[in-house]
Amino acid sequence: MHAGDLRFQVQNLTRVEGEGSLHLLVRDGMVAEARLQIFEAPRYFEALVAGRTPDEVLDIVSRICGICPVAYQMSAVHAFEDLFEVKVEPSTRALRRLLYCAEWIESHALHIYLLHAPDFLGYPSAVELARDHRQLVADGLRLKQIGNRLLGLLGGRAIHPVSVRVGGWSRAPRRAQLLAMRPALEEGLRLARATVDVALGLTPPVFEREPRLVALHNPTEYPMNEGRIVSNDGLALAPQAWGEAFHEVQVPWSNALQARGSDNLPYLLGPAARIELDHEQLHPIARAALDASGALESIRLNPYRSIVARAIELVHATAEAIDIMDAYIPPEQAAVAWEPRPGIAAWATEAPRGLLFHRYEVGEDGKVAAATIVPPTSQNQAAIEADIAAFAPRVLDLPMDAATHTLEQLIRSYDPCISCATHFLDLSVRREATS
Amino acid sequence: MQLPPVPTAQVSKRATTLNRPRVGVVKFASCDGCQLTILDLEDELLALTERFEFVEFAEATSRRSSGPFDVLFVEGSISSPEQAVEIARLRAATKTLVTIGACATAGGIQALRTASEHEAFRAAVYPAPAFVESLAVASPISSYVTVDAELRGCPIDAHQLVELLTAVTTGRRPQLPDQAVCLECKRRGLECVVVTRGEPCLGPVTQTGCGAICPGIGRGCYGCFGPREGANVDGLASWFVDGPALGGLKREDVGRLFAGFTGAAQPFRAVTDRLGGRPQIPLRPATAHGPEHSEHTPPVWGTRPEDPDARR
Repeated sequence: MHAGDLRFQVQNLTRVEGEGSLHLLVRDGMVAEARLQIFEAPRYFEALVAGRTPDEVLDIVSRICGICPVAYQMSAVHAFEDLFEVKVEPSTRALRRLLYCAEWIESHALHIYLLHAPDFLGYPSAVELARDHRQLVADGLRLKQIGNRLLGLLGGRAIHPVSVRVGGWSRAPRRAQLLAMRPALEEGLRLARATVDVALGLTPPVFEREPRLVALHNPTEYPMNEGRIVSNDGLALAPQAWGEAFHEVQVPWSNALQARGSDNLPYLLGPAARIELDHEQLHPIARAALDASGALESIRLNPYRSIVARAIELVHATAEAIDIMDAYIPPEQAAVAWEPRPGIAAWATEAPRGLLFHRYEVGEDGKVAAATIVPPTSQNQAAIEADIAAFAPRVLDLPMDAATHTLEQLIRSYDPCISCATHFLDLSVRREATS
Repeated sequence: MQLPPVPTAQVSKRATTLNRPRVGVVKFASCDGCQLTILDLEDELLALTERFEFVEFAEATSRRSSGPFDVLFVEGSISSPEQAVEIARLRAATKTLVTIGACATAGGIQALRTASEHEAFRAAVYPAPAFVESLAVASPISSYVTVDAELRGCPIDAHQLVELLTAVTTGRRPQLPDQAVCLECKRRGLECVVVTRGEPCLGPVTQTGCGAICPGIGRGCYGCFGPREGANVDGLASWFVDGPALGGLKREDVGRLFAGFTGAAQPFRAVTDRLGGRPQIPLRPATAHGPEHSEHTPPVWGTRPEDPDARR
């Protein structure tokens, strides 16, 4: 520690899922350290799934995250079905996309209205925001509720749903049950389109950088369950092959492993990456909203614009949910029969926060022998640190409170899910002068 | 189980915006799902914030408070040395401490590991376990401090949460069911998954609160709300193993069924200890690299994507 070092510190980041902090060291006016510290206590999920059957794993991994349990169930169920060569019925596939749409709606509405919008409008929480803008918060809560009700219909309950099984469902819904929710989804689509206007009206801090973006890509649909892993610098990989281009590293300041590219450089996942790499596959209504917004480029360049990306995805998820309901014919059997086989089960799907990779070694007894689970927030940690380091010099002249607030807002732009990543945030900034 | 009466002294009969009960929501090792249940009360949330002052709820507000709290909702299990210190501090600052969810009330699935398995678990996830601070065992809150009321479930049930808050406001005992899931199933007129599908189900020995979700969707209960007091857990386990109803279940299959999200709670834990099915030590150590401790210089974005050399 040098005399004159400046240390900024955000202890206990708020309005994020889980516990973490940010430490920044500024020496001679340059950012010398930016450390996203995740102190969420580890729960050792990769060890807890050892010795379990594939269906048990679906119930266990959902507990990694209360906000995106479906994502964990989806990456796992696809991994097992890929290894076991299970061919699910087309309507099962459609229902899984519908379940994912429901989770995206719930998760994005939560983040936009309850966690992120208060930053732009200068409130400490949605509760204070609601005192001045009650209808705005009420609309956000309604949108979130629509997502949660759809989750409850398909999964028995919104948090840790119970219906996803290898081969299909424990019970598939009847057509009339889905159609009964159609008016709510129509309302959701209206609210989602209004959300895009709200998000566009929120002025982001001035900041641009050119990130490496990674997402699934599927030529025929906006990526959720199936696609190749692609990047804006030319990567194209099968969903099982995440490990060929990326690896995890442990850093001493974090309980979450960080993921890096094979060149050890950071990359960014999530709504901004998906919009950049997959906007041609958006639902026509969402695509029209994106085109009308003119925000495609700023979503890529300015991390604070992720709120617009999430709003566009809300439009997509509600519109696609309606389409799926309209076309739905229940599967002939809720679940098709399957037999386990030994080998490596690996898959990636698009969680609300970005690409979620699972890899399981299945033994001769049909049970999991070892597991690697790489959540999107683990993968985004290095990107967040890189963005903090790049952005921090702009705020160093601000009063400490204002600087800290702007940096904390930047971290919230990634919707970090710290509970997921610990296998997580406070902000501290130190300024040092070497002279 | 019987819940202790909730103290009434802190609640004014005329709760106004000036004189609302101070409520805190905190978490330890957990998935955030139970506190998310509070935010999922979409219809009641804004009204609730008028009745109660949420002075500490890091997931929802940047305003922070270290107490005092009239009511503190605690999610998660105690899994690190810092958490053990923090829960004692919170208890001292709190009138009514309510644990929410399977992690806080029963330790959660992470409580299945034993002290002797701790190092193997750490090594299965982290290349350098020494950098990760965690206690040998993950424990429910009641292992450390006195708990005044609990909401069970994985996750908790939103209606039970509203009932508890209402009870606190009016100073009465919360009306929470203590029957088995099995009874709820009968009340809903659901067909029994054990009888009709031959699926093992923990409904007869698990406390209800979920509304019998799993049987309602065609699968067996897996015990989210934990063992019901006085239930014949051993009898059910033995019947699954030896009885005529379910063919082909091995002892450890039954043991694993009890080793779920409340599997660390007795008597579920004793069943798993007796029949087998405890977590296995993973085959091989962590695959991640590291740790990187060379320097703390922040990562930087690579060359611009337009640059063909930027490909991996």
